[in-house]
Amino acid sequence: MTPIEFTPSLLVDRRATRPPPVPRRSTAGILFGDLTSALLTIVTGGLILLAAPAIAKWAIIDAVWTTGNPSACQQAGACWAFIADKLRFILFGVYPPEQQWRPLVVIGLVLLGVLMTLAPALWGRRLIIGWTVLVAVMLALMWGGFLGLSFVPTSRWGGLPVTLLLAVVSLGLGFPFAVLLALGRRSAWPVTRFLSVFTIEIVRGLPLVGLLFVASILLPLLLPADWTIDKLGRTVAALTVFAAAYLAEVVRGGLQGVPVGQQEAARALGIPYWKTVCYIVLPQAIQKVIPPLTNTAIIMVKNTSLVMIVGVFDMLGAGRSAATDPAWPAPYPEIYLFVASIYFVICYGISRYSLWLERRVREKDYQ
Amino acid sequence: MTTAHRLQDAPDNTAVLIEDVHKWFGEYQALKGIDLAIRRGERIVICGPSGSGKSTLIRCVNRLEAHQRGRITVNGVELTGNLRNIDAVRREVGMVFQQFNLFPHLSVLENCVTPLVLARGTPRAEAVAKARHFLTRVRIPEQADKFPGQLSGGQQQRVAIARALCMQPSIMLFDEPTSALDPEMVKEVLDTMVALADDGMTMIVVTHEMGFARRVADRVVFMDHGKIVESAVPDEFFSHPRNERTKAFLRQILH
Ligand SMILES: Nc1ncnc2c1ncn2[C@@H]1O[C@H](COP(=O)(O)OP(=O)(O)O)[C@@H](O)[C@H]1O
Ligand SMILES: [Mg+2]
Repeated sequence: MTPIEFTPSLLVDRRATRPPPVPRRSTAGILFGDLTSALLTIVTGGLILLAAPAIAKWAIIDAVWTTGNPSACQQAGACWAFIADKLRFILFGVYPPEQQWRPLVVIGLVLLGVLMTLAPALWGRRLIIGWTVLVAVMLALMWGGFLGLSFVPTSRWGGLPVTLLLAVVSLGLGFPFAVLLALGRRSAWPVTRFLSVFTIEIVRGLPLVGLLFVASILLPLLLPADWTIDKLGRTVAALTVFAAAYLAEVVRGGLQGVPVGQQEAARALGIPYWKTVCYIVLPQAIQKVIPPLTNTAIIMVKNTSLVMIVGVFDMLGAGRSAATDPAWPAPYPEIYLFVASIYFVICYGISRYSLWLERRVREKDYQ
Repeated sequence: MTTAHRLQDAPDNTAVLIEDVHKWFGEYQALKGIDLAIRRGERIVICGPSGSGKSTLIRCVNRLEAHQRGRITVNGVELTGNLRNIDAVRREVGMVFQQFNLFPHLSVLENCVTPLVLARGTPRAEAVAKARHFLTRVRIPEQADKFPGQLSGGQQQRVAIARALCMQPSIMLFDEPTSALDPEMVKEVLDTMVALADDGMTMIVVTHEMGFARRVADRVVFMDHGKIVESAVPDEFFSHPRNERTKAFLRQILH
């Protein structure tokens, strides 16, 4: 009858597996502590030293920085001038140039949303409402057609706002579906269970590219002719379904970690099923799967770049299209590096955020 | 059993009426014709060997398990598939579990407040006041802002009792409330339960704490293999057990 044996298992597991503090090793110890480390350090260091001069020469010494002169870029160095000249096109695509303050504000609103998400005081319903309002404002701003804002069809949207909107909306809409699918998969009713498993496995079995083609080409053929759904809308639908299937499996893993006693206590107290799910079970389930949840979010951010294939103009699409300008000597490496660095900033940010979240959850249990 | 029929004569005085209840888990029969009537304000202790169906029986009283044959009536409401009846019964019946089942992601105070808000729609301020009142009654008002994981087992179980009491039930079910506790914490939980009994709460307690049974119980019920084998007032139960299995069980547990 030790107390450990009977404490709610979720606390015990973590306590038991809490690693002992690792003594800090010196940098030299890490690099040259044993023979393998020393060899690896020497080999890697050598490779870096070999490559460094060439990279520095290309990226800095021979690089062209002065803007407005494509012909200067004919030599061997990196053509950063091109990025500077095409920055607006890469960021905003073919959005009407005189209206590009609107997508700029949208990027600002996404940053505002990120700030909201960082504030624990806002977590819960307020955060959900906040993001919903923000996304609605973003879409309204992009579309226009009211208050003197000119109407801009989605076919002219492009660049970073499209990438951000696709990621935020597909993850945001995908999550509630994911919860339903995960609950369905654990349901006592065979029909619900079958439908959930079927949906999850079909979607996960298809490559995203296939799903995007189905949404953009097949769907219009299947639907009545007068049902014109916007191409961007169809793309969002495909991404949402894809995100939902992957998130569903993550959520299911979290649900499995919540002891049945939690639901029983809620039932005994008379808390209705859906409130139990939202306020008792899901918060615990999600806390347990923060790492894989983040992983899926990062993958979805990067997956949005595939929409280029069905002709939606995201940031990568805008960048590639900018590089086809015949005035410039095909500066693809520069473009890819630039776009990649923006993706990196976003994904690294999400990753750090998740680490911080995990630490918070752990501290609450141990204080 | 005869007690059931005798009490049926005064139904408005009956809190829980269990009549010929059978329960199967697949092929396995866990309850084999249980008859038990519990008066308002009565304290019943149920004991018996592990696997004899004690938990199953009290979980049927608030429909955490559904019985398949017989009748269970709580404060005049019969438990069937009818969701409204189930809700009505759960309003009347509070439950305390062996594993506490506190919500680990909520503070002690929120463990008491949240169910009031979610199940009853109680305004927050009122729910907080109620929660503080009952946390004081189980004598841990100072732990209100901690999380369950930071409390001892005894404290957690007292929070669980406070959480159930916040819903102001007229009947309380306890399923081995002290079995998961270190010996030195058993007393604080039992004391809380004794205080509750002194206030006149109707209680059905599954426990092997025979000291508690002697002191508090109006009746001790002994179960074995899904049946009630013996039912008597504590004095008689402990000094003159009639059934052989009861005797064997008591010999085991009192040593
Ligand atoms: N959910 C369940 N599914 C299958 N069998 C169960 C379930 N719950 C209890 N049982 C079985 O029913 C019998 C009685 O269990 P229980 O009421 O928990 O006994 P007790 O509380 O007296 O130890 C046991 O044999 C147990 O294995
Ligand atoms: Mg039991």
